[in-house]
Amino acid sequence: MKAVVVQFPGSNADWDAMRALRDVVNVPTEFVFHKSTALPAGTDLVVLPGGFAHGDYLRCGAIARFSPIMAEVRRHAERGGFLLGICNGFQVLTEAGLLPGALTRNAHLRFECRDVRVRVDAEGAFTAGLLGEELRIPIAHAEGRYQADEATIAQLERDKRVAFRYVGDNPNGSLHDIAGIYGGPKRNVLGLMPHPERACEPALGSSDGKKILTSITRAVLAR
Amino acid sequence: MSEPVVDAALAKEHGLSQEEYDRACAALGRTPSFTELGVFSVMWSEHCSYKSSRVHLSRLPTKGRRVIQGPGENAGVVDIGDGWTAVFKMESHNHPSYIEPYQGAATGVGGILRDVFTMGARPVALMDSLRFGAPDHPKTRGLMTGVVAGIAGYGNAIGVPTVAGDVQFDSAYNGNILVNAFALGVARKDKLFFGRAAGVGNAILYVGARTGRDGIHGATMASAEFDEESEAKRPTVQVGDPFMEKLLLEACLEIFNADVLEGVQDMGAAGLTSSTVEMAGRAGTGVELDLDLIPRRAKKLLPYEILLSESQERMVMVARPGMEERVLEICKKWDLDACVIGRVTDTGHWVIKATPGYDPLSGEPLPAEDQKKIYVDIPVPVLTDDAPKYERPCVADPRKTERYSFDPSTLAFDAKSDLLDLLSSPNVGSRAWVYRQFDHIVRVGTALRPGAADAAVVRVFCDESMMGTSPMPREKWLAVKSDCNGRFCELDPKTGAAMAVAEVCRNLACVGAEAIGLTDCLNFGNPQRPEIMAQFRDAIDGMRDACVALDVPIVSGNVSLYNETDAGDGPQAILPTPMIGGVGLIEKPNDVVTMAFKGEAIVALLGPVGAGALGGSEWVWRKTGKVQGTPPSIDLAAEARLQKLLVSLCRRGLLTSAHDCSEGGIAVALAECAIAGNTGATVSIPNGADKPSSLFGEDPTRVIVSYLPAQEELVRRAATEAGVSLIALGRTGGDSLVIEGGPSWTVYEMAVAHAKALEPVVG
Repeated sequence: MKAVVVQFPGSNADWDAMRALRDVVNVPTEFVFHKSTALPAGTDLVVLPGGFAHGDYLRCGAIARFSPIMAEVRRHAERGGFLLGICNGFQVLTEAGLLPGALTRNAHLRFECRDVRVRVDAEGAFTAGLLGEELRIPIAHAEGRYQADEATIAQLERDKRVAFRYVGDNPNGSLHDIAGIYGGPKRNVLGLMPHPERACEPALGSSDGKKILTSITRAVLAR
Repeated sequence: MSEPVVDAALAKEHGLSQEEYDRACAALGRTPSFTELGVFSVMWSEHCSYKSSRVHLSRLPTKGRRVIQGPGENAGVVDIGDGWTAVFKMESHNHPSYIEPYQGAATGVGGILRDVFTMGARPVALMDSLRFGAPDHPKTRGLMTGVVAGIAGYGNAIGVPTVAGDVQFDSAYNGNILVNAFALGVARKDKLFFGRAAGVGNAILYVGARTGRDGIHGATMASAEFDEESEAKRPTVQVGDPFMEKLLLEACLEIFNADVLEGVQDMGAAGLTSSTVEMAGRAGTGVELDLDLIPRRAKKLLPYEILLSESQERMVMVARPGMEERVLEICKKWDLDACVIGRVTDTGHWVIKATPGYDPLSGEPLPAEDQKKIYVDIPVPVLTDDAPKYERPCVADPRKTERYSFDPSTLAFDAKSDLLDLLSSPNVGSRAWVYRQFDHIVRVGTALRPGAADAAVVRVFCDESMMGTSPMPREKWLAVKSDCNGRFCELDPKTGAAMAVAEVCRNLACVGAEAIGLTDCLNFGNPQRPEIMAQFRDAIDGMRDACVALDVPIVSGNVSLYNETDAGDGPQAILPTPMIGGVGLIEKPNDVVTMAFKGEAIVALLGPVGAGALGGSEWVWRKTGKVQGTPPSIDLAAEARLQKLLVSLCRRGLLTSAHDCSEGGIAVALAECAIAGNTGATVSIPNGADKPSSLFGEDPTRVIVSYLPAQEELVRRAATEAGVSLIALGRTGGDSLVIEGGPSWTVYEMAVAHAKALEPVVG
């Protein structure tokens, strides 16, 4: 199995993703710079990490979708390759049209960093066997309020593509408490605002995020 | 455009006294040019020259077995073993943050990060020590909201976790807030970089953001007190770009790895001038720069403006012979502007040339060499080692001891409501509103988050590649904490400063860390007033005594003077605030202890019970709004014994919790342990629960610990052997804090009071 973590200028949780995948889940992982025009041969999983790609002075992710590597990331997803967007990565995926909807400013207008509880609400390659389980994972974002038009939300619900929902309290005002959604031709794309890669070791207070990374690792190996 | 005529009057407008102007003329043997006057004004400013503080700073202990680099470089460096080092420093951004809170605080974070990664370190943690005016002062809310947002805006974007800090309020800060930013990085011991312009003939490169007019004379502004017209200084506040700094950070680490540099320094206060002057000064060389080559974003910049601009996110590098191309190549990868702007020379002079009227932004070709004019030619030592140095008069403030006569026993006391009131004080209660706006977990190292314990604990990765590509990097565990109780420093500067050092080290010890180095940020009023200078002198003596007793060196620091405002009714200085930042080393992750009560454990007080000093306490401040009474004293030998014992108990795994007694005394400490662990306790209070002194007195050198009953024997024996008093107070358990012979509080009601502490300030 091979995973890559894309480094946009301004990515800052690229290390977090590398650490969790390479050193905790033991998946061979490498960084790919955003100016590259090709993914390494045999790439199974592409991660778009958290951060502030290209500074995010415009809308979050609005410039990153034009980075040279994104054409290849899109082809990877369209071929059914696994693609994970965490936090800023989720924002990039919605801007690139690889996932529906948009992530807007938190309802309370502040950056918020803390642990939240999310419930797994859909089965898929990233959540195999986790349906209904509650996970404790941190968030750290100012623009995480998931919004989409009614028809899109209804479609997401009908297709059971809401992968994660905030439980207890909704930290940003997301519609339907949505924390993460599936997309792609084979439900092979996942975008979520919480950081599973920051909850993979007991030293960090929770290992719940590891379940998501372990699930996708198994899915790759099962292919 | 003709330049202004340089004379003593113009020098005065530049903040130079007649004596200093004469000194500049004598050093050059002629009248300085207009550009040179600007250079003198910033290099001889308090901010850059430390002219009032240098004579005192030399008394601080700066050496130790772990110290690799003490004060004088961009940051201090301490050995953490296995070929790795901790690189850290704290710096003030007080004046700009008052004038423009968001940008002032943001660029404070940006500046301190550059100081740290300039040394070759990857930044791994930030802290911020903030002081604001009275909670109900009309400006406090806007200033605090802006400062917190500015820190968040910069730190979150660049991706360095803000893991700790402290916030205090007092009306003495109404006109001068404090924003002290601390950064910690880790670097390979064999790959440290220094700010030295070494190697005659080597290329000097400019890397990063283009130069504009922002921040011109920022260093001079930070070297004067405020008056009613200070708001007009807004244009001298710098504007930050964390994205640019992130690119700069990654590019620098890649350049460092390529082994192509002789020296490097960030352009901070006084920008291009201070950075290149200091680099030449440290290396004993000269520098010649051609300003025609400087990348710029503002049109028609004069040499004067280019030299004094404090545009952010810029670095100066000195390449090894023939290596400049490699530097430029890496900068290109990161889309950074970079170019050669000059050479290292053997003249010992700082020489600046430029073509009059030339503006590269106009599209004109680069002028020929013979059109260039020398704008500045100053011997480097004149601006560095030979800068003015003053031994200013010191006279202790008579008001100090007048305030001692206040008798706290005249105040109304009700244990039940007073504790809840203290927990809900903006100086004591929860800081969640602040730290939740900071990404405190990025880089997956934060093992103890803000609010969990007396200090934050960060797991740092000793990644040989510095770029995240070495699998399974070695892990080290560091604790960080900053603190200073300005009230005690106001009432007794020497003891107060010693207590600040002691408290930071005690906080580190409470999480199981041995203090290995300190940094400071010395915030005081106008040094030209003898009573302020006396505060400064005494505070340095107190810090020195504590550092010696606790065997911990100060390896970096910063001085911020002129923190006072005259709104027409005489100068109002801040509380003297020698902020201390500390770094501690944890031997193994299992040593780490939090403040939270858990399970059924024995609760005990480690350290002397104390006299129950209420002078300068939070309890008195809540009741009277004033800093008054006889402050506590400190026995530094007892403090050293206590801290050694704490670290040893943590390392032996004997403690279940540890938390020091500070604002609000024993009662607040017990409440905080209960709230953190959502577990009550039943305890007795030494000297009885019927007096405010025994509940809320703020004597130092005391720690509330808990341990399992099975460990009682071992803990007692260790305390006896260490010569530290241990008094068992009771047991943890239940859902209330019960004081024998006194009131009780449910953990819930205490948590509610604690949680709403900042509401009066930020809503």
